[in-house]
Amino acid sequence: MKNFQKRTNWAWPYIIFLILLVILPLILIGIYAFTDLEGHFTVQNFVQFFSKNEAVNTFIYSIAIALLTTIICLLLGYPAAYIMAMKSFGTPQVMALLFILPMWINFLLRTIATVELFHMLNLPLGEGALLFGMTYDFLPFMIYPIYNTLQKMDKSLLEAARDLGANRRQVFTKVILPLSIPGIYSGIVMVFMPTVSTFAISELLTHNKITLFGSLIQRSFGEGGITMWNYGAALSLIMLIIIGATSFFGQQEEAGENMIR
Amino acid sequence: MKSDYIIDVNHVFKQFEDGQYALRDVTLHVKKGEFVTILGPSGCGKTTLLRCIAGFQVASEGDILLNGEDVTQMPPHLRPVNTVFQKYALFPHLNVYENVAFGLKLKGVEKSEVERRVKRALKMVAMSDYEFRDVDSLSGGQQQRVAIARAIINEPEVLLLDEPLAALDLKMRKDMQLELKEMHKKLGITFIYVTHDQEEALTLSDRIVVMREGKIQQIGTPTDIYNEPQNCFVADFIGESNILSGTMIRDHRVRFCDKEFDCIDEGFGENTAVDVVIRPEDIYIWRKGDGIVQPEDVDPDDRVPKGNYTKWYGVVESSIFKGVHYEMTVKTANGYEFMVQDYHEFLPGTEVGMLVKPEDIQIMKKEHYIYNYFDGEITKNGKVRFLEADWDVSDEQMAAFQPGDKVRVRVPFRDIDLQDHENEGVLSGEVHFILYKGNHYNLTIRTDEGYDMYVYTNDIWDDGDRVGIVIPKESIILDKVQ
Repeated sequence: MKNFQKRTNWAWPYIIFLILLVILPLILIGIYAFTDLEGHFTVQNFVQFFSKNEAVNTFIYSIAIALLTTIICLLLGYPAAYIMAMKSFGTPQVMALLFILPMWINFLLRTIATVELFHMLNLPLGEGALLFGMTYDFLPFMIYPIYNTLQKMDKSLLEAARDLGANRRQVFTKVILPLSIPGIYSGIVMVFMPTVSTFAISELLTHNKITLFGSLIQRSFGEGGITMWNYGAALSLIMLIIIGATSFFGQQEEAGENMIR
Repeated sequence: MKSDYIIDVNHVFKQFEDGQYALRDVTLHVKKGEFVTILGPSGCGKTTLLRCIAGFQVASEGDILLNGEDVTQMPPHLRPVNTVFQKYALFPHLNVYENVAFGLKLKGVEKSEVERRVKRALKMVAMSDYEFRDVDSLSGGQQQRVAIARAIINEPEVLLLDEPLAALDLKMRKDMQLELKEMHKKLGITFIYVTHDQEEALTLSDRIVVMREGKIQQIGTPTDIYNEPQNCFVADFIGESNILSGTMIRDHRVRFCDKEFDCIDEGFGENTAVDVVIRPEDIYIWRKGDGIVQPEDVDPDDRVPKGNYTKWYGVVESSIFKGVHYEMTVKTANGYEFMVQDYHEFLPGTEVGMLVKPEDIQIMKKEHYIYNYFDGEITKNGKVRFLEADWDVSDEQMAAFQPGDKVRVRVPFRDIDLQDHENEGVLSGEVHFILYKGNHYNLTIRTDEGYDMYVYTNDIWDDGDRVGIVIPKESIILDKVQ
């Protein structure tokens, strides 16, 4: 018992870390979002956001870009994960490594390399480059969870479906796809969440021509000076709610799936 | 051409990518409505054979006919067969009803018809009240019932069952065996059943196919397989048995355990080496002696068939109560051990007499006799090379040969030395098959290079033991290649 007690003590550094860098900032964001410069309670920051067309448009645009990136990642990632999991070619380990390899390099470096690549090929930076760059950066996050669910799937289920008269397409639509839904949800959440709040990638790949919601927040804190902090906090809170809602939605779905299992 | 059989498997070979053969020249014909069991130890190719029939694997050579139609290359979803998988393979995202309806829905059967047939199939497997349950909330036995319902609802001509009861506990397994047999009767379709459980095979089947290492060893009714095993493997694998080396003196007369016995077998020739199988329950046993009669003693005349039978004697070494009978080991004065089963117990130390009726002595042709034969070659440094190793040979054997000569190498089973540590041998290998022959063990050793050799030994080894192989140089006999 004594040992066990001691071991729980090992968690304290992390708990302190958690309090200082997660819980405290969250409280601060909450306080800042609902106060003005003098520290009085106000909803002015939110009113300011919703009354500015430009800000709301940026917000909607960011979500649209994030959705588009997620869809592209899904369309590219699912077949890749499927091929790896069904080991149709190559050894799955090598394939998985190849897909994961880009993650070994810092994403900022990769983004800068992408910019250089576009310059080299004389392609214009902008929305296309942004989608390309974000897909490139976040694709592994889509592939991996899907690959995991597909790989863990009992392959005798596929044989059972074949045995019961399903052709290859029906095996996919009736068995593989429904069973891989938990992986798809994790993939969507893992790509959508970071892409909604991205800013460095968009700035680099569009030469600051396109402003995303993440950039808006960053500018409020970085360029606006202390006067903009309350507004920035409100924006952060809105984004947190959106991301929270997506992941909550994802979790609900997964919980539902688990109940069926 | 219309075949009389619903399934014809003709000379099928299956070779896997790693070069290993899972099936070697398998030929099997199954009649309509038959219950055929494919029986064998793990790795014998029985599941591969089933998968070739189901279409999950394609035979490398040979062909498979269903109803006379060649289906060797046909994909599984087009074959009129359905499979019950070992681990059920129920779809976890569907409930019981949807699982069972899966096949019919794919065929586009009308909804009311699907419902009617699902209800009937579930009733058949006694799962009527479980329609809307999640499959994961069911016990193993219930899951297996659903899996059976899911297969039979499609009205297949052949139902393939891949060790369907292996994951169930003993009592459940016994119940399900009876139910399966009943179901087979009701449905009237052909069942192909794969199992490694010999008792299950004997209980269920019309015919049993015994397999080993990708080859069919014997096909026959349960009684044929049990009473007339065709080789030592079948005799040893099915039930308990005493297997002894013997000599067929002439038709109807065999010698083993240093005594001569009447038997009913014929056609082996005169003075031929044979293997003799006697089932432990076929041996009559009684207390030997003249004076001391104890109350629990049974009058031997009541229990021993009258007639001029050869009797032999021994001392009971051990006795184990097995529920219905006692299983006793009896050792004879000349060193043979017999396993005997009887309703009466004879305590260790009791001197007993034994006899066996001629029809209960099963004679089998000996597959291997006294010597291992290998192809070899004399090497430059005065050794002989065979089994991919160089061996020392005695000078007088070597005298007649020059380096480079091809020779026929002969090594007596009795003279091969097995070492506990594999690196102490010239070669290393694994104990592959063990047969107790009453007074010695007959081992098959498979070398790491994949060659088999036979070894007689009195030492006790286990299946899969790693051994070092040593052959004393005076035991290697060289013959000229003819």
